[in-house]
Amino acid sequence: MSGFARQVRDLLARDRGGVVLLLLIVIAAIVSVVLNQAVAPSSALHLSTYWLTLIGKYLCYAILALAIDLVWGYCGILTLGHAAFFALGGYAMGMYLMRQIGTRGVYGDPILPDFMVFLNWTRLPWFWYGFNHFWFAMAMVIAVPSLLAFVFGWFAFRSRVTGVYLSIMTQALTYALMLAFFRNDMGFGGNNGFTDFKDILGFDLHNDGTRVVLLVVTAFVLAASYITSRAIVESRAGRVVRAIRDAEDRTRFLGYRTESYKVWLFVFSAALAAIAGALYVPQAGIINPSEFAPINSIEAVIWVAVGGRGTLFGAAIGAVLVNYAKTYFTGAFPEVWLYALGALFIMVTLFLPKGLVGVVSMIRRKTPSFDGASDSTVPAASELGVSRGSGVK
Amino acid sequence: MLLLAAVLFAPHVLAQTPDAGFTATLGELREATYADKAAIVERLSTSGHPSVRAVLSAFLDDRLYYRSSDQKIFIVKSTDDALPVWELVDPVTLKDAGSIAPDGLTRIGTNNQLRRTIRTTVARFDLSSPDAGVRKAAVDEMINALDDANLAALKARAGVETNRGVRDEIDTGLALADLDGTDPNARLAAVKTLSGSLKPEARNRLETLTEKSSDGTFTETDPRVREAAVAALRGIDRLRSIYGAIQTLFFGLSVGSVLVLVATGLAITFGVMGVINMAHGELMMLGAYTTYVVQQAMPNHIGASILVAIPAAFLVAGLAGVVLERTVIRFLYGRPLETLLATFGVSLILQQLVRSIFSANNRSVETPPWMSGTLEINPALSITYNRLYIVIFTIIVFVSLLVLLKRTRLGLDIRAVAQNRPMAQAMGVRTQWVDAMTFGLGSGVAGMAGVALSQFTNVGPNLGQSYIVDSFMVVVFGGVGNLWGTLAGGMSMGIVNQLLEPYWGAVLAKIIVLVALILFIQRWPRGLFPQTGRAAESS
Repeated sequence: MSGFARQVRDLLARDRGGVVLLLLIVIAAIVSVVLNQAVAPSSALHLSTYWLTLIGKYLCYAILALAIDLVWGYCGILTLGHAAFFALGGYAMGMYLMRQIGTRGVYGDPILPDFMVFLNWTRLPWFWYGFNHFWFAMAMVIAVPSLLAFVFGWFAFRSRVTGVYLSIMTQALTYALMLAFFRNDMGFGGNNGFTDFKDILGFDLHNDGTRVVLLVVTAFVLAASYITSRAIVESRAGRVVRAIRDAEDRTRFLGYRTESYKVWLFVFSAALAAIAGALYVPQAGIINPSEFAPINSIEAVIWVAVGGRGTLFGAAIGAVLVNYAKTYFTGAFPEVWLYALGALFIMVTLFLPKGLVGVVSMIRRKTPSFDGASDSTVPAASELGVSRGSGVK
Repeated sequence: MLLLAAVLFAPHVLAQTPDAGFTATLGELREATYADKAAIVERLSTSGHPSVRAVLSAFLDDRLYYRSSDQKIFIVKSTDDALPVWELVDPVTLKDAGSIAPDGLTRIGTNNQLRRTIRTTVARFDLSSPDAGVRKAAVDEMINALDDANLAALKARAGVETNRGVRDEIDTGLALADLDGTDPNARLAAVKTLSGSLKPEARNRLETLTEKSSDGTFTETDPRVREAAVAALRGIDRLRSIYGAIQTLFFGLSVGSVLVLVATGLAITFGVMGVINMAHGELMMLGAYTTYVVQQAMPNHIGASILVAIPAAFLVAGLAGVVLERTVIRFLYGRPLETLLATFGVSLILQQLVRSIFSANNRSVETPPWMSGTLEINPALSITYNRLYIVIFTIIVFVSLLVLLKRTRLGLDIRAVAQNRPMAQAMGVRTQWVDAMTFGLGSGVAGMAGVALSQFTNVGPNLGQSYIVDSFMVVVFGGVGNLWGTLAGGMSMGIVNQLLEPYWGAVLAKIIVLVALILFIQRWPRGLFPQTGRAAESS
């Protein structure tokens, strides 16, 4: 155990941004728990359930941003379909929560969820078997998205689909899934999705205590995901991955099977996104096919770009900041939010290619401490799936 | 002759002039029962008076009234309740006869059975119309109610009819009647005549010949007729399935045309310039809203508004494209993934802009009259005009783009810059200006696609988003940088979609096409028509 602790310490010793992020996570978790549980509801400092849940959701988004930064920032794979893995993880968790409702549903059927009774189904579809067990559902949270990512990545990376082609294909993937999940006869609740969850592992989801625990678990998972991701990118394999980002052909000529590295990184990233989705659903209280909408994936990419791609901690911070801004704007000035988000996309790509982390390091003028930021220079040539100047026939 | 008719059918008006007799017969309608009215209609039709047809069709439309003050019968021009007074027409002379408030009139009522009688009577008149289309419709009407009178009229017409289509229609009608006859040879000949007909009535009648009645015997006693009927049915079914396939093909082409139209602009900005323009869908949306604004500006000329909207949409979207290129995209050349993010931001801003100006609700764009309706080629194959026009429009846009790229100076510049930028620059091509024009051209084409889309889908802020994935798939499937690839890609996607739809439903068909495309790109990453030569190597 002490060996593991030392490894983590060594890892973080070179990663000041990571230390800051981990501290922020711990502080956020402790402060929210204390303000919610220990401060009287009448006090001005009391953190309402609404905000508690919201912070939990932000942390889930931060995990998703980490997943995207791993493949985009470190391997140059711009995925426009990562929300699909997030949603699949969410659906797996949702299936477990639906089975927990039992006879408390509107129709009171002990086995079938309400929407199936509504559709006059008499038997539980085979793919719903086992989801009444928490461990099984958790296994599926990871297994199903990983399998999809593996199959997709294996085909795509082996046939050397890169750059924008890959981006468009990931977008088509999430779009196809969205259309599929909107269908009632898929067996996933059609456009209503799953909602009206009652409890998780026997704990009431509407109870503040349960929500506090969920928040703490999410914070812990985020911290663990960060350390794992950092360990991956700092490892030998991580260096190969970065080499692939900067010059894939050269790496291949050096004898590395670049597609294997890409596939495994993609699968890990998908699993991470799925875990984020699984943590998101019990806190949000709903999952429906609109989570697959292509815009969700693109929005997640912009979190990473805002924070600073190729830094991991920047991605997580970017996710929280952008989402806080979204909550604020959609509440205070609903008309302005899309203008602001649109302007953010344009400004960040035009003026802040390294995101907020780049700004901070520019102000400090001490780039060496930001390892991740300094070597994340945007590789122009290698990400081109098509070169400019293809000509017309 | 007129007098003779009057003598035969209306002895009590014997001594009167034809006009007076006609008026008198008409007058009986006021008090008659429905059965009597049918007899009166029959008498009117044989009176030979020149205004019979006008009176009967007015009767059919419930526009035949009598004035309460003097019990005189009139045709009302329009029975719109919103009109303060109704204009009257004299039924004998068909001249205007002043106007009166609606409550001074009483309608001469009809029921379904009576209307059927009137309809076939009117059809008999139409049988001698100079317009072949009217004659054909008349025959159709009479086939639905084949009685002796209609049969006689059809037989008489068959001798003098010159138009082939109408003749075939009459032959079908006569053959249908012959099948009820007792002569087996006549029935056999009738089956032969019907074997080429695509009319559903003919097929249904033939089918009854091959069926057994409830007591186990065939309703058709002659086995030769039965065999002929089976063969005729087989022929008809084959013909129908061929026409059905043509119809599906055409549907596929029209769906494909929409795809080609929305993807062509993208083929230019993505294929030629290497820019991933996620705001492409919103440029189409701008085109659709331009159509809406143009229609608001000229509400009395909906038919012409579309023709005005096409160049207007091209300009609006093209201008937006040029602005977009000058302010955002030119800083991002060579970094396609970043253009993707920046233009996505632009698309969000455009969506919200439209929401702020026009509200988030869908706007209704009217379809001009010349675009609605159906072109019926035969009973098994009919084509709606809007589908036909979209195919034609796509072809026009596509050909003009090809001409522009291959035959004009701007096209030459565009191709030169696309193939070798530094060399083009060295030769004196103003590459920055060409960039702006190319992007403006692609955006303008998107705007024109938006005009077409406004006729098919809801015009709302989300219009663009629903097409963006499709258009990228078309371009990538066809092969980037190749307009012909875009055409082939879009058309084949449309047709495959239509072929799958009957079996799996619209949504599943779309999913299958998407998944098939994803697999296709894995195998052939450069699309249907890959780039060859230097341009391909440099990627």
